[in-house]
Amino acid sequence: MKIPTFKGYRRENGRVGIRNHVVILPVDDISNAACEAVANNIKGTMALPHAYGRLQFGEDLELFFRTMIGTGANPNVAACVVIGIEPGWTQRIVDGIAKTGKPVAGFSIERHGDIQTIANASRKAKEFLQWASELERTECKFNELYISVKCGESDTTTGLSSCPTVGNVIDKACAMGGTASFGETSELTGGEHIVKAKAANAKVAEHFTAIFQDYTDMIMKEKTNDLSESQPTKGNIRGGLTTIEEKALGNIEKLGRKTKFVGCLKPAEAPKGKGLWFMDTSSAAAEAVTLWAASGAVVHLFPTGQGNIIGNPIEPVIKLSGNPLTCSTMSEHIDLDVSAILRGEMTVDEAGDKLIETIIRTANGRLTDAEALGHREFVMTKLYRSA
Amino acid sequence: MRNKSSPTKNNGKPMIEFLMHEDKDNVGVAVVDIKAGSEVSGRSLHGKSKPKVKVSMDIPLGHKVALQDFKPGDTVIKYGEDIGKVVAPIKKGEHVHVHNVKTKRW
Repeated sequence: MKIPTFKGYRRENGRVGIRNHVVILPVDDISNAACEAVANNIKGTMALPHAYGRLQFGEDLELFFRTMIGTGANPNVAACVVIGIEPGWTQRIVDGIAKTGKPVAGFSIERHGDIQTIANASRKAKEFLQWASELERTECKFNELYISVKCGESDTTTGLSSCPTVGNVIDKACAMGGTASFGETSELTGGEHIVKAKAANAKVAEHFTAIFQDYTDMIMKEKTNDLSESQPTKGNIRGGLTTIEEKALGNIEKLGRKTKFVGCLKPAEAPKGKGLWFMDTSSAAAEAVTLWAASGAVVHLFPTGQGNIIGNPIEPVIKLSGNPLTCSTMSEHIDLDVSAILRGEMTVDEAGDKLIETIIRTANGRLTDAEALGHREFVMTKLYRSA
Repeated sequence: MRNKSSPTKNNGKPMIEFLMHEDKDNVGVAVVDIKAGSEVSGRSLHGKSKPKVKVSMDIPLGHKVALQDFKPGDTVIKYGEDIGKVVAPIKKGEHVHVHNVKTKRW
């Protein structure tokens, strides 16, 4: 099999990125203002404001650090300025990102104030931006891309067309020695036996079952009704999906027909090798894509039926749809129209090849619809209340 | 990129109005808006069956049409798998959705 190539950014640690962002990363909610001020001063840098980072503890705190460090470490990020209220957690994040070898610097606000911090951080951000602007794209192979997949606002057309198209790409990419990840733990409900059968070995199958059961137990504990407006969503139902089982079976089409998954990851955990990985994620689009970006994924494939419009600040999100109504009424959000599958005018295999072409163009630098429209949803997963 | 092996237009009318995933599916998915009273044709994506059904209600694109009569407690099969239980009687050709089918899980 000939492996396609593209021009990407090979980072200090050998990993391949397709974007060249200089990120201004707040450690905590109260440092968002300073980060946004720096990004406003230094054009071409990007702040990633978020809601958390204070008084978290235990596994929730570990997830927070994994998400922060992973975001800065993502190969789509050339360099990173970190700003926090105090120096301790700021430095922990700086040190985590620095392991990649990329330029990173931390600033803390206490004993300086916003204005002095913004001035100091802006000078460093300018230096990083100008350095990054001289980095050149070099030839990289398709199988060096770490791809994540998740659908949203799905309907019955996703199960018939856009999800099988992504599954076809997963089969092709993994056969080439690529790396990919799927998740959406709760949205596998009704098809968990099929996912389990796709595990590479009994140990992986057992691990998956334990994670799935844990998530199901959480839902059963917290639910106040039959979830009939949450899973499936109102949008899913409008599009013709009736039950979580039906939604899950369409979702699972994204896993491909041949590929086995080689292991299970915690939220925001980086894959430990090549192949397809299951990640324990929420099924909410922005939360899940943020976790994959933090795990190092550089491009996301997002099938949609009714038209979920999500993007991510650092990981380009490619959207595809097979719903002709969505493709015509929301065309500015849909990078690839696969509605020809429903009309019998295109096979899933042909659609898979078209999606690979779209990935290559995106990897070469073409902006996705979500990037052009300014969708930068950065939403951290929180496991429980803060202390 | 038209697949010549599966022509789709017949004097401007689509040759199929609904799709199934597997032969054993007992519901079909409308791939066009289907009007009440029309006789429509479908096919199975991964199987061989090509059923026809007389549709008694409007079925919007993406929504499901019953390919058999159901009584409460019956199981709806799609993708060749269980997608939920019937909670109100459904006649062949009627709309299958949240008003007559519920999850078995939550």
